[in-house]
Amino acid sequence: MKLKEVSKEELYRCSYGCAGCASVLALRLTLKVLGENSVFVVPAGCISTVSAYYPQAPFFVPMTVMAFAATAAALSGISAGFKRRGREDIHVVGFAGDGGTADIGIQALSGAIDCGYKFIYICYDNEAYMNTGIQRSGLTPYGATTTTTPGRCFENRPKKDMLRIVADHGIPYAATACISYPLDFMRKVEKASKINGPTYIQVLVPCPTGWGFAPDRAIELGRMAVESGMWNLLEFENGEFHTTYTPRHKRPVAEYFEAQTRFRQLSPEQVEAIQREIDSRGAPGSS
Amino acid sequence: MTTMVLSGNEACVEGALRSGVRFFAGYPITPSSEIAEEMARRLPALGGKFIQMEDELASMAAVVGASLAGLKAMTATSGPGFSLMQENIGMAVMLEAPCVVVNVQRAGPSTGWATWPAQGDVMAARWGTHGDHPAIVLTPWSVKESFELTVRAVNLAERLRTPVILLSDAIIGRLREKVDLPPSVPVVDRPRPAMAPDHYRPYAGGPDGVPPMADFGTGYRWYATTTTHNERGYPVGVDAAAAEGLLKRLHSKIHDHQDEVVLTEGRWLEDSEVVVVAYGSVARSALAAVKQARSRGLKAGLLRLVTLWPFPSQLISQVAQRIRGLLVAEMNMGQMVEKVREASCGASEVWSVARFNGQYLMPEQILDKLEEVRRAWR
Repeated sequence: MKLKEVSKEELYRCSYGCAGCASVLALRLTLKVLGENSVFVVPAGCISTVSAYYPQAPFFVPMTVMAFAATAAALSGISAGFKRRGREDIHVVGFAGDGGTADIGIQALSGAIDCGYKFIYICYDNEAYMNTGIQRSGLTPYGATTTTTPGRCFENRPKKDMLRIVADHGIPYAATACISYPLDFMRKVEKASKINGPTYIQVLVPCPTGWGFAPDRAIELGRMAVESGMWNLLEFENGEFHTTYTPRHKRPVAEYFEAQTRFRQLSPEQVEAIQREIDSRGAPGSS
Repeated sequence: MTTMVLSGNEACVEGALRSGVRFFAGYPITPSSEIAEEMARRLPALGGKFIQMEDELASMAAVVGASLAGLKAMTATSGPGFSLMQENIGMAVMLEAPCVVVNVQRAGPSTGWATWPAQGDVMAARWGTHGDHPAIVLTPWSVKESFELTVRAVNLAERLRTPVILLSDAIIGRLREKVDLPPSVPVVDRPRPAMAPDHYRPYAGGPDGVPPMADFGTGYRWYATTTTHNERGYPVGVDAAAAEGLLKRLHSKIHDHQDEVVLTEGRWLEDSEVVVVAYGSVARSALAAVKQARSRGLKAGLLRLVTLWPFPSQLISQVAQRIRGLLVAEMNMGQMVEKVREASCGASEVWSVARFNGQYLMPEQILDKLEEVRRAWR
């Protein structure tokens, strides 16, 4: 996929997303790849909230809001229904947040990968429950404050490695992406759409409201996350992990932390420890 | 006495901490999240434990677990989360694990109209979990009462070894009012076994039907079980009398203490022709409406249900015999009105004024209905 091939058609528009919302951008780009022959399942979260204010109806494709815990289970049902009707050409897409994926939704996701029906599950990862007022999730990174991990009680657990979790299910295709690398993300969506089975893409979407940075800096923050090694652009295919983008210049993680407010309670020693941890990481997928 | 300006949710935290709650497990959901956030901020300093769980099933399960471990435990949620907790609330009833569940109601069903206020969960609070089970449900009408009823909920849970539900709503949870907080509150601890471990029968009711509860890890080996069990905590097998005895005791331990559990507030009940029955935030409107009605010469009174369940049938029945009409005001499609009709048993007329569009039931609407009742009686 090349930039000039990207559709100009907007199948998601005029939402109530916060200024600078990268989750909305991820959804727009997804629909540019998949087109109108797709149906969406969206659980509780930012996207269902910002898409459901009368009179705006930002989705120009069918969408159902599903119980928080049940996104992937609903995908299995829809996909099986389409299979029965001989309509496997329709893209069945789940679009859930990090909490809806890694916490309350993980059982349904695990079950659905096991069921094996064809769907694309996209986790828009803004690293906390932003819609309900910035509470931590299983994908909040170590060191971040949220309203339920305030001040010195900052998040003290590492971010769950969802890519490895789904990979260990033997999923045919899974990937991580970041909104600051749109072509990389869209290529992955395109690839997933061509696979006859469950697929998973986790896209990092920096959140101005929850992370504490100006609304015009989401793309910059995403780049900093990748350049600092806090986030990696990976694929899991045919049982193997590989990196799809390696930043030319590495950036100290301290710069990424300084660009937002949620890490500001970390001492220089703690930042140094995180830097050492990043530097010591092996190849993608290795433990 | 300390005077503070608090929201209903904050007052709830204040009441919980002062009555000894030292464990909170929860999951974000508007309009209850402030309770979790405040607990996250304050519990560590008190040596307590806050855990954010992966969902509401887990929250409720963790609360039951902490209760078995000997801590006073609480969670808070709203509609969809309350639905997810229901199975484990039933477990807490059967295990007789003291705990408090706060439901800050929002407009449902399902995701509903997030997060506009409603009182649609009054029956879910009573019958949300399956099977014949008792329920204690308290509903505050002010910030101050959010504080007081949380204290009461914690104490009742401990005293009677049962889950207690505090049914707040989006209006009360987020309302800010001045509250005078007392220097101390009554604190009740669960009954604990006086006998040696060898003689401990975990589900033997004792004189008031409440079995003493041994904290896990204190040398008492017992099965906390959700299966229908005998006094020793073992499955009843084919013993029908034991099965019946368990259910009867689970109910009677609450119904025999109605005087401690059932709270109501009456105004002008003695000289009224029509009495407005209301609860929670709507009772504020109802009081204003009743006052205006009286100034217009209509003999109106107010019966405020502080405890929704067990339902004060006897009181309603007594009031119904003295007056001409009961008007039930509530923010749902008319749920408690049926219960009031049943209790009045034809002794008085029963009218309903219900609003279920996410908007507050205003005094004018209740007043209009009172006028309608008056016109009907002319």
